[in-house]
Amino acid sequence: MSGTKGLERQQIADRVAQEFQEGWIVNLGVGMPTMCSNTPIDTDLIYHSENGVIGYGPVLPAGQEDVHLVNAGGQNVSLKPGAAIVHHADSFAIIRSGRIDVTVLGIYEVACNGDFANWKVAGANGGGIGGAMDLAACAKQVFVILEHTTRDGSPRLLRSCSLPVTARGVVTLVATNLGLFKPLGDRFLLREIAPGVTVDEVRAATGAPIEVPDNLPVIRTL
Amino acid sequence: MARRSKIFGSFTEAVADIPDGSTIAFAGFASPGVPLNLIAALLKQGAKNLTCITNGTGGAAPDRMPDIGMLVENGQVTKVIAAFTAPTRASDRIPLTKYVNEGKVEAELVPQGTLAERLRAAGAGIPAFYTPTAVGTELAAGRETRVFNGREYLLEHAMPVDVAFLRAWKADTFGNLLFRRSQRNFNPIMAMAAKLVIVEVEEDFVQPGEIDPDDVHTPGIFVQRMVRIPPAPEGLWPGRRPERAPAKEKQS
Repeated sequence: MSGTKGLERQQIADRVAQEFQEGWIVNLGVGMPTMCSNTPIDTDLIYHSENGVIGYGPVLPAGQEDVHLVNAGGQNVSLKPGAAIVHHADSFAIIRSGRIDVTVLGIYEVACNGDFANWKVAGANGGGIGGAMDLAACAKQVFVILEHTTRDGSPRLLRSCSLPVTARGVVTLVATNLGLFKPLGDRFLLREIAPGVTVDEVRAATGAPIEVPDNLPVIRTL
Repeated sequence: MARRSKIFGSFTEAVADIPDGSTIAFAGFASPGVPLNLIAALLKQGAKNLTCITNGTGGAAPDRMPDIGMLVENGQVTKVIAAFTAPTRASDRIPLTKYVNEGKVEAELVPQGTLAERLRAAGAGIPAFYTPTAVGTELAAGRETRVFNGREYLLEHAMPVDVAFLRAWKADTFGNLLFRRSQRNFNPIMAMAAKLVIVEVEEDFVQPGEIDPDDVHTPGIFVQRMVRIPPAPEGLWPGRRPERAPAKEKQS
């Protein structure tokens, strides 16, 4: 993120983690979302991963790994007391039956109608869906994390997705280096803005209308 | 009554009669539960026109162990059914891509939970089911959907397989299996979906009764062949996953 305006990657993840509520079952996607588990919060959470681990803890340092135990990103994690393991079909039964309170996904694009795209890049033959479509369709809430623009400066918050979508109308929270947003159908609500960023800069970097409340809060970094 | 032993002396022997054109399910998620030794034996055995069912085909990591991508590179695969048929990071490369782009291998992309449930359904005698996953996406285009209680669901069919390759932690001589931690993943459901189940086992075989019936994850009635994995270097054992540079974590 060096050279990019606004929040660092861990700071974006920190802000998302502060949305988690006591007792939630949380599924973190690969990439920036997994950084939410580094945030020092007091909230008691249960982390679920697609491979059937319910109640995993921090990534173990080199030399202390359990080779039989990974999270969805293939990192060697630990287990918290009270953890349980199920097979893959039961793991997705947990997802499909709506027991995941929130999934946090790293994505390519999000639209103000709540659609998002994260499985197929432009021109690719095939894609990488993993568990994202099941999670997106079935988790109680879908939070997405992304850098506000592509490397060449094109907006990734749009009126409608240009890439094939993962699910439609499901996103409830969007966190980027420039701010925290809520999709409202025909526009994004700017809930909070990153320190050192102006509303004009947000508007210029966004491909959809932005609603700005009076007394716009600035994101407090940890 | 004498019962033929399920224990085979080598991986070569255990996969020797797998015919061309078989549909094979490969367990594993990241490294836990991947049947590395059976994949290596199949590479040597050489069966062709295979359909491979797997979460991903591998080959993005530098420290490559036997994977489905190697079967593809070895000209043994006609079709891959997986939750990942292309990398999600622009910087990653997988061997499968070239073969798909050249039209040499067909790739069917299936959401991971749908993949798991299609296998589970096959093993449970259920021909098809409806799921909310992928509704409204490119994957659902032109396919049957149905509304239940005001919500739209997509019809998915069971995925029966000819052969399943598993990796278990412990087994008794009857074939009752116990997996350790996240090694379990697809193993039990692939076992139930298959006509022939071949297992590589990490610990020495124990006598029936030594695994408590309450602790059995996959009952021996689903298992036909087992091989004890020899110590390294003869046997293949996954090492630690190498750290990725944080800069490569980006989604696009």
